[in-house]
Amino acid sequence: MAVALEERNVTVPAETSSAAASGVTPAVDITGVNLVFQTADTPVYALADVNLSINRGEFVSFIGPSGCGKTTLLRVIADLQQVSSGQVLVNGVSPQTARLDRAYGYVFQAPALYPWRSVQRNITLPLEIIGLPKAERLARARRVLELVNLTGFEQKFPWQLSGGMQQRVSIARALSVDPELLLMDEPFGALDEIIRDHLNEQLLDLWRRTRKTLLFVTHSIPEAVFLSTKIVVMSPRPGRIIDVIDSNLPRDRKLDIRETPEFAAIAHRVREGLRAGHSYDDHQL
Amino acid sequence: MTTTSFRASPIRAVMARLRDGAALPVLTILLLILVIWYAGAVKLNAPLMLDQYERAERSSWSWSELVADTMAMERPILPAPHQVLRELDRTVLQTAITSRRSLVYHTWVTLESALLGFALGTLLGIGLAIMIVHVASLQRALMPWIIASQTVPILAIAPMIVVVLGSLGLVGLLPKAIISAYLCFFPVTISMVKGLTSPEPIQLDLMRTYSASTTQTLRYLRLPASLPFLFTGLKVAISLAVVGAIVGELPTGAQAGLGARLLAGSYYGQTVQIWSALIMASILAGCCVGLIGGIQRGLNRRFGGAA
Repeated sequence: MAVALEERNVTVPAETSSAAASGVTPAVDITGVNLVFQTADTPVYALADVNLSINRGEFVSFIGPSGCGKTTLLRVIADLQQVSSGQVLVNGVSPQTARLDRAYGYVFQAPALYPWRSVQRNITLPLEIIGLPKAERLARARRVLELVNLTGFEQKFPWQLSGGMQQRVSIARALSVDPELLLMDEPFGALDEIIRDHLNEQLLDLWRRTRKTLLFVTHSIPEAVFLSTKIVVMSPRPGRIIDVIDSNLPRDRKLDIRETPEFAAIAHRVREGLRAGHSYDDHQL
Repeated sequence: MTTTSFRASPIRAVMARLRDGAALPVLTILLLILVIWYAGAVKLNAPLMLDQYERAERSSWSWSELVADTMAMERPILPAPHQVLRELDRTVLQTAITSRRSLVYHTWVTLESALLGFALGTLLGIGLAIMIVHVASLQRALMPWIIASQTVPILAIAPMIVVVLGSLGLVGLLPKAIISAYLCFFPVTISMVKGLTSPEPIQLDLMRTYSASTTQTLRYLRLPASLPFLFTGLKVAISLAVVGAIVGELPTGAQAGLGARLLAGSYYGQTVQIWSALIMASILAGCCVGLIGGIQRGLNRRFGGAA
């Protein structure tokens, strides 16, 4: 098993160089990244030798158990956290420059809506900060609310919405700045499975229509396989990439694709990777 | 159902509250205070009254005469509630408010400096809190002084403030307002520091992803998030502002204001006048706190508060 793992890891840097060679700047390019937290007793390796390249227009899922560094990786890309060593490029520039350019939209685990603002004013918040004129702000709010099927809820306050609706508002808010890159950290983690399925379909539809690059953290295997063109399987202690799976499922997919053998094959490989990460973990302990 | 009957008539509203059991505890406490007050008045004034009987060489008196007399003295140790009410009626309702004998006039004088002091103190308090939250070293540099300022007894420092400002040519309203401000900036600072640091990490991260400036984070996140905390501080501050204004009226030997009424009353042993000024001061502070609460409820509705 260990041998197979090493082989898979080797393919990752090769892919990085091929993306660079093709002349198109990848949306995200990560080389040799380590991130160490200094705690009182021992240093914690949140990320260890992470290499990954993501092309524009891809839908990439990061999957793995808690503590595998998937959220940390997303926060590094968003410049919410600094790496200890290695290089991260977002659209060919540093994460900080990308953040200052407002190159991405970030959707957190919790909706993080401001309770004193109506749905509409939550969505126009980033636009106010950018300094767009009011008419433009309202037009954009209308457009993104339509994208997440929440037209008519402009004047409601967050507490008047269900959890799923709140999370859709937070997605609309991220979309309102019209970023090329959308970073989503377990956005549907707290929702029940029926709503989750529905929102997954909506999200996929949104991604197809807007042609954005989407980075999506989850710990649900069906969710990852259903949504992604590329699945990054991660493992904890130290947080690292175990496997990168390119999905051959068609971009235009419906929920019933989950019944097909192709879907099952990819899900199987994800599960293998997760299990491999765990057995490795046990050896260490 | 209940809400419509509430609007229909105040009497029915009281009846409804009685039925719900909401008014009964309030009325019980009120009644209890009145009983204790009356009993106290009789008990405390009786020795004085007996002394008077003795000097008048009056040997026969009944208990009911004594009780009635203790509640009708001109300078009792403790006036009975109805005496205070009569005095309030005379000085508030029966006197033109422009007259110097009107308690409304004196209340207005106190209110004026309390409000000015409250405004100054609130501005100072918010300003200090914003500085403390944004500059870490200021927290260490300022906090000890802010806390020490409140350990000095206001009665001791008030005359000093009046003297210092007087020598600078500042007299009248401003010294009193500054004493109010000195008292009421403190709860505002403390509650605002708490409020400005109340946003959760995720809400601050969101601002960072927008690459919002410090000023924008303050305006769009920290200030709105601090409002509930601010109002808690403001309610304490406004009642302290009233206290500050009254204390400020004492050392100047002020000619007007509730503080002046208290001072004049104690010079001449006019306990009824003192008590009515005290009652007026608490009504004033109560109204001010109520007003702030009203503004808070209004803002809460405006900004989508659930409650």
